[in-house]
Amino acid sequence: MLKIENLHAAVTDSDEEILKGIDLEVNAGEVHAIMGPNGSGKSTLASVLMGKPTYTVTEGDITVDGDSIVEMMPDERAHLGMFLAMQYPSEVPGVRPWQFLKAARDARDGANGEKKMSVRAFSKLFDEKVEEVGINPDLMRRSLNEGFSGGEKKRNEMLQMAVLEPRIAIMDETDSGLDIDALQAVADGVNQMRSPSRSFVIVTHYQRLLHYVRPDVVHVLVNGRIVETGNAKLAEKVEATGYRDYVAVN
Amino acid sequence: MMTLNASKIEPNPIRHADVYRNDWDSFVANQSRNGSASDRAHELRRVGWEEFNRIGFPINRRGNELWKYTDLRQIDRMPFRFGAPSSGISLEAIAKMVPLPREWQNVVFVDGVRDPSIADSGSQSDGLTLRDVTAYEQLGALAGCESNAFVSLNSAFLDDGLMVDIDHDVESIKPLHVVFVSTGSDLGQRAVYPRIAVSVGRGSHATLIETHVSMADGSHLSVPVVEISMGQQSTLRHYRVQLDGEDSYHFATTRVKQGEDSRYRSTSFSMGSSIGRHDVLTMLDGEHAESTLHGVYMTTNRQHQDFEISTTHSVPHGTSDQYYKGILSGRSRAVFSGKITVERGAQKTDANQKDLNLLLSHGAEVDTKPSLEIYADDVKCAHGATAGHVDEDTLFYLQSRGVDYDTAQAMLIRGFAAEILDEIEDELLRTFLEDKLDELMPALQQASDTIGTA
Ligand SMILES: Nc1ncnc2c1ncn2[C@@H]1O[C@H](COP(=O)(O)OP(=O)(O)O)[C@@H](O)[C@H]1O
Ligand SMILES: [Mg+2]
Repeated sequence: MLKIENLHAAVTDSDEEILKGIDLEVNAGEVHAIMGPNGSGKSTLASVLMGKPTYTVTEGDITVDGDSIVEMMPDERAHLGMFLAMQYPSEVPGVRPWQFLKAARDARDGANGEKKMSVRAFSKLFDEKVEEVGINPDLMRRSLNEGFSGGEKKRNEMLQMAVLEPRIAIMDETDSGLDIDALQAVADGVNQMRSPSRSFVIVTHYQRLLHYVRPDVVHVLVNGRIVETGNAKLAEKVEATGYRDYVAVN
Repeated sequence: MMTLNASKIEPNPIRHADVYRNDWDSFVANQSRNGSASDRAHELRRVGWEEFNRIGFPINRRGNELWKYTDLRQIDRMPFRFGAPSSGISLEAIAKMVPLPREWQNVVFVDGVRDPSIADSGSQSDGLTLRDVTAYEQLGALAGCESNAFVSLNSAFLDDGLMVDIDHDVESIKPLHVVFVSTGSDLGQRAVYPRIAVSVGRGSHATLIETHVSMADGSHLSVPVVEISMGQQSTLRHYRVQLDGEDSYHFATTRVKQGEDSRYRSTSFSMGSSIGRHDVLTMLDGEHAESTLHGVYMTTNRQHQDFEISTTHSVPHGTSDQYYKGILSGRSRAVFSGKITVERGAQKTDANQKDLNLLLSHGAEVDTKPSLEIYADDVKCAHGATAGHVDEDTLFYLQSRGVDYDTAQAMLIRGFAAEILDEIEDELLRTFLEDKLDELMPALQQASDTIGTA
C-alpha cells in the first residue's frame, strides 16, 4: 500500500540532508513501528510522508498503491486516505473542531466523488468518536487545540483520525507525554481501528505503546537511516539496550 | 486633558481653499435664509470654518505625531464638494447593501441628509427620542474644532444629523441603526459630514450601530463626528461598520464621555475606503467606569487604515481595554496608535492595550505606536503588539486533514477575526459582518504572497 524507496529529504532550500535513503514497505493491514533516538529524523519522515513544505524530497520516491505522491499537496494526500497525527499539533484560534473536521471530511469526500455527509450523520459520527476517544466534550466548544493540555491535544489527534477514517495512519509520538490512562485510550483507539485494509506507521521514542499495540514490523531509525528491521521482539531489545549501540556505529 | 499639542502644528495651505469657501458661503447663506437652525449651530459652523481655514489639512507631517504615518496630500489635492444629496436612492437599494431588519430601528442618511423620501424603518422605541442634531445645546462640547481639521470641517458644514436622546432608566430598547450612505456620484468628488450626538440617560442600556457605506464607486470624502455622553450606570454597546468604497476617504472622530459606573463597549469593523482613519477618545470621568474599544480591520491592495485610539482616565477605579486586530494583504498599510492617559489621582486604574496583526503579504506593513502617559502610581497598565505571518505549521496541519491551501488560509483568517467578531451579541449584525469578511476573502487572498507550498 505505502512504499518508500531510497528516500532522501532535506530542509527546503538547504543542502543538509535529514533523511539519507530510507526504504520501507507497508502492506495493507500492517502496523509498523518506527523507533529511534531524538533527532534521528522520525518526525521528518512522518512530515515528508504527509507532504510538509518545510522539507523537500531530494531523491527517491514515495508511492501509494503504486503511484508517486511526492508531488502531491498535503490535502491531496489526505484525499488518498493518508493521515498524520502530529507530535506537536498546532493551536488554531477561531477554528472549531466540529466545523473543521466537517470541512475536512467534505473536502475528501468531494475529491473522491463521494456524497458529502449530512450534518446530522456527521454529528452522530463525531459525537460517537468523541465518546470513544474519551476527550472532554467541553473542549469541542473551544478553538482547535487552544489551551488544550498535551494529553488533550493527543486525544484530539486520535479523534480526528477516528472521524477521518484514513487508510494509512501515521502517528508521530502520539504516546509521548501521556499518562497511563491516556496511553491506554490511544492504544484502544488504534486497536479498534486496525483492519485488513488499514495500515499504521507508529513513530515512537519509547516502546511503551507497543505493549498495547502489537506491531507487525519494527524499524530502528538512526541518523536518517533505517539501521535495523525486525518483528515485535526488536522493540523489546531496543528497550533493554537503548539506542547507544546504534548511535555508536552510525 | 487632550494630548494634542496644538502649538506645534503648523498651519497648512489648502490647495482648493476657494472651492471649500464657495461651498461654505452658499451653505451658510442658505441656512440663514431658512433661519431654522439654532444660534449654537451657526456658531459652530463659523468656528469650524475659521479653524479649518486657519490650519488646513495636516499635510505637513514633520513634527506632527498625530499624522506621522498618514499622508493627506491626496485629500488636499482633490476639490471635495459639498452639496445637495443625490436623489432617487431607494430604501430597497440600500437594503441590498446593509441589513435594515425590523428588529432594529433604522435611520438612513443619504449624502449626509436624512432623506424624508426614505422613511425610517422599524418603529420608534419608548425612551428614545431622535432629534435634529443642530438643536442640541451641547453639540461640539466633546469634539472640539481646535487643531483638528476634520472636526472643523464637519462642524463648518454642520447640516443634518442625529441627536439620540435616551431617557434615564431605559432597560431595553431596539438597537438603533444609523446608516450613512454616500453616493459619490453626480457631484464628482463629494464630501459628506455625518454627525451624531448621543446622550444616554442615567441607568439606561442601549445599542447603537453606526454604518458607513458607499452606493457607487466614485471617490468621496466622508468625515463623520460622533459625540457620546453617558450618564451614571448607563451602558452603550456601540458597533461601528465602515464599508465605504475603495476609492473613498474616511476620516472619523468619536468622542465619548463616561459618567460614574458607566460601560461603553465598542466594536468596530473597518474594511472600506482607500485611506481610512478613526480617531476615538473615551474620557472616563466618573469612577468605576469601563471602556472597551475593540476592532478588526482588513486591508488589501493599497489601502491605508489608521486608528488613533485614546483613553483618558481622570478619576480612580476606571477600567479600559483597547484591543484591535488587523488582517493586511497586498501593499496595504495600517497604523495603530493607542494612547492611554492616566491622570494624577486616577488610582486603581486598570488599562490594557493590544494590537495584533496578521500579515498576508510581504508588501503589507503595520505601524504600531503605543503611548502611555501615566501620572498616577497605583495603576495596572499592560500593552502589547504583534505582527506576524500566517503560521506555516498551522497551515500544514489544516491541509493535512484534507482542506486545500486557500481554504486553510481562509479558515485561519476567519479564525483570527473571530475573536473580535464573536463578541458581537447581535446575531444579525455578526452574521452580516462574517459574510462581509467572506466577500472580501478572495481579494485578501489574491494579494497574499507570504507562503507558497511546495
Ligand atoms: N525545519 C527544520 N530546520 C532545520 N533542521 C531541522 C528541521 N526539521 C528537522 N531538523 C533537524 O533534523 C533532525 C531530525 O529531526 P526530527 O525529524 O524532528 O527528529 P526526531 O523526530 O526523530 O526527534 C534534527 O537534527 C533536527 O534538528
Ligand atoms: Mg519527533
